Amino acid sequence: MNPREVWPGLALLAVVAAMPLVASNAVLNFLLSSLVVALAAQGWNILGGYAGQLSFGHAAFFGTGAYATAILQTRYGVNAWAGLAAGIALGALVGWAIGLLAFRARLRGSYFALVTLAFAEVLRILANAADVTGGAAGLLVRLAPGAGNLQFASRAGFLWLLTGAVAAVLLLTAWIAHRRLGARLVAVRENEDAARALGVDVLRVKLSAIALSGAITAAAGCLYVQNFLYLDATIAYGTWISVEVLIACVLGGAGTVLGPVVGALALHGVGELAKIALGHVAGPVPGVDLVVFGALLILAVAFLPRGVMGGLRRALRGAGR
Amino acid sequence: MLPPELIAEAVANGLLAGAAYALVALGLTLVYGVLHIVNFAHGALLTVAMFAAWGMHAFLGVEPYAAIVPLAVAFMALGYGLQRWVIGPASHGDDGNTLLVTLGLSILLENAMLALFRSDTRSLGTEAGFDVVEIGPMLLSRPRLIGFAVSLATAALLWAVLAMTDTGKAIRAVAKEKLGAQLSGIDPRHIYAVTFGLGCACLAVAACLLLPTFYVNPRVGNAFVLVAFTIVVLGGMGSIPGALVGGLIVGVVESLGGLLMGESLGQLGIFVIFILVLLLRPTGLFGARA
Amino acid sequence: MTSHTTLPRRALLGAGAAGAGLLALPGLLRAQPAAVKIGLLQPLTGALAQDGELGRIGAEAAVARINADGGLPALGGARIELVVADARSNPEAGAQEVEKLQGEGVVAVVGGFASPICLAASQAAARYDLPYVVDVGVADSITARGLANTFRFAPGFGTVTGAAISNLVRLNDAAGKPCRTVVLVHEDGLFGSGLARLMATELPKHGFEVLETIAHPTPARDMNNIALRLRSLRPDLLIPSSYYGEFVLLSRTMRQQRIRPKGIYAVLNGAASNLRFVKEFPDAALGVMDCNHWHDPKNAEAVALKKGVEEAGRFWAYNIPLNYSCVKLVADAVNRAGSADRAKVMAALAASEFGGHVMPYGPTRFVSGQNQGARPVNTQVQDGDIKVIFPEEVADARAVFPIQG
Repeated sequence: MNPREVWPGLALLAVVAAMPLVASNAVLNFLLSSLVVALAAQGWNILGGYAGQLSFGHAAFFGTGAYATAILQTRYGVNAWAGLAAGIALGALVGWAIGLLAFRARLRGSYFALVTLAFAEVLRILANAADVTGGAAGLLVRLAPGAGNLQFASRAGFLWLLTGAVAAVLLLTAWIAHRRLGARLVAVRENEDAARALGVDVLRVKLSAIALSGAITAAAGCLYVQNFLYLDATIAYGTWISVEVLIACVLGGAGTVLGPVVGALALHGVGELAKIALGHVAGPVPGVDLVVFGALLILAVAFLPRGVMGGLRRALRGAGR
Repeated sequence: MLPPELIAEAVANGLLAGAAYALVALGLTLVYGVLHIVNFAHGALLTVAMFAAWGMHAFLGVEPYAAIVPLAVAFMALGYGLQRWVIGPASHGDDGNTLLVTLGLSILLENAMLALFRSDTRSLGTEAGFDVVEIGPMLLSRPRLIGFAVSLATAALLWAVLAMTDTGKAIRAVAKEKLGAQLSGIDPRHIYAVTFGLGCACLAVAACLLLPTFYVNPRVGNAFVLVAFTIVVLGGMGSIPGALVGGLIVGVVESLGGLLMGESLGQLGIFVIFILVLLLRPTGLFGARA
Repeated sequence: MTSHTTLPRRALLGAGAAGAGLLALPGLLRAQPAAVKIGLLQPLTGALAQDGELGRIGAEAAVARINADGGLPALGGARIELVVADARSNPEAGAQEVEKLQGEGVVAVVGGFASPICLAASQAAARYDLPYVVDVGVADSITARGLANTFRFAPGFGTVTGAAISNLVRLNDAAGKPCRTVVLVHEDGLFGSGLARLMATELPKHGFEVLETIAHPTPARDMNNIALRLRSLRPDLLIPSSYYGEFVLLSRTMRQQRIRPKGIYAVLNGAASNLRFVKEFPDAALGVMDCNHWHDPKNAEAVALKKGVEEAGRFWAYNIPLNYSCVKLVADAVNRAGSADRAKVMAALAASEFGGHVMPYGPTRFVSGQNQGARPVNTQVQDGDIKVIFPEEVADARAVFPIQG
């Protein structure tokens, strides 16, 4: 494990976990939504950052995990923790299936990205029409606070669970990055043909990546449901989550251990700052805060082309000189 | 079983709709073919173009068809400026960054429209929007027929520009072999900006053609983005005839799918085509062999 | 975004004068009572911005009216301060804004508009026993969760569809049953799909024949094929349930394709009860009926509100009187509670018998959070305006049915 990235990451998460002692509930709630996106983005990062296969349709995994746990709880009375496990397993399966179709057809780059988008859209349309998913009316999980139900009356409890999940995936990512699988992922990303020539089973590596990616993002979907308790096709499979995890990873630094977490926090942080700063200035004019948000996003990319993590590395290297 | 006149008219409707989609996809495929970037700001730019067309009518009294040329020129300039001085420099040539920049741009543009014009859905409301042309038992909308003709003409014009003018040849050179083109004295940054400008000009034309039969609000462009992507993939990224043919095919599939399965499930037809093309023939109908 | 609306000058001057007057009397020095904050949650940006803006107009008008009338008497003339929050058209942002509103010390939250936002926001508010008054969100699940803090002033989905069906039957019977065949066109979201399903099962029981049910997405790019189906099926009655843009497209296409059914009976339609649609497409809109939320046309305050909104250059739609009424409802509850204490306000809401609103509901009566008197009304576009045609006690016009031509 590379201590350079893992320890700061764990330290950051420890600070987040300590927030319930000092911060208001609004801040805690903000951290909660950011961490759900961070977890989903960590999933994306395995496939997009390490294996280099950019996906525009991670909603497919997010929604699958969310619906799996919601359906099991509402229709079959299954326990929420078991639902989480089922969601993760199903996310991996859907990842593997999409990967099999896409990678066997040798889809790469933008083609792969667009096919994932198409799969997510197909799932959205089907989920909106099918009965098992509640159709257009969606699913409402029964409110029953209690750790056994994976529901928490206080924000703190949920925050700790999420922090734990993100930390676990952080360690997992760091561990993978420094094992052979990690090396193979990077080899496939950098030069697929050379990797194949060197004897790497490219298809198998890609399938492992997408299955793992799907599992992690599906977990985020399950936890989202446990927080909001309501799910419909647009929330589950809508493009919003695909876009957020993409932005979070690129902004934070794709292919780094800490990138998705930092990126998600930065993305949401900038959004909230824009809202708060401009709320008083703009008054009744809607959208001004989002105009500034869009501009800030462009500026962030312009000045941090390697993402926040890349910028930090550059700064640290410069300071160390 | 559905009567044949119904199917025939659905096909006709599909062709008319498809021509409009094709025009929206033209800009997208050109930008992808040359710059190799997926332009996430395409929908927002269409929205801006539609507001511009609406504004020309509401404030200057200019009819949408008369606004085609001035708006195309204006958006050519806008697109050039955006690529040359915003997207290009901010992306530092990285694909992932370009995605983010165009995403940021789309958020910025959509909400700028919201702040300026508010969220109301506005329509042109001219009587001409209701004109029909009777062809046999079919009642086809005149504005859409005009749109069909102009779309084809625009695609042909664009193809001619690429094939015959020096700039067009430079664009094709940069698309095929950037380094070689650079060594021949072509400035890729300028060419990229010209290409993006052409893409935006196509959007301006599309906006003028859509406005008589559609409406405008800050989200209107989003409705066309996914279908434009599908057409680009189906036709072959970077191919102009591909975008045209792809657009017509997608229009007809959407129309027949809607007729048979209802509009909501009919949308599946588009994405199923999308996936099948990608899995079986990813370069699309007219795309260059990978 | 949270922003505090500026208090109208009249109220400030009035308060200033009152304060000066009090100071002049020795021994009667009193501090200006603290303003009572009411939170407004609306989707001001994103896909639902149009409706969010309309909700905000209504809420701000209510606050201006209350303050101009002297504020809350039981709290010493305390003024209302509206804290506006943008739900960004998605549930997470809605829940986050509720947390912020909670932190700002609002006594209650009004709004949400869309059912998913209302569900998330009211649940977030429940954690603090913060009263939440839903303005529009029709999903039945909103009031079925057993949350003591959630109140819905307007009717839920079940009430609306039940009323829509029985009113249609009554309308058809009264006109001599001119309509028998029906085509349902609906948006494929929560209310459209649910409505279509219910209608498909209930209408045949009353002698109607449902020829086809056509779902369309939102946004929809093209309505020509739906119009094509309508032209070939030739139904007596069209029942459209869509958002604004899609109904604009459909009605324009129908007019262009020369499709004139004997009646267009919309339910919860985004355009049929929106005066912008009527003004921009008078020919397509003429005769269109809707079963939807609407103000009481015989209520003077409602008429004055509508006039004020139109004079300010905005178009009237049901969101405005609904939010206006919800804010007034909350203000009344605070007044009867005698303080800005949330628990007392919640109790006051639960026991509320408020009649000072502008909707045709009668005095409020909440059972499990749902206002029992809430109901939709039937409207019809006549003479370039939207008139209420049913129920009779609030009607200001008679139904023209079937539509001639």
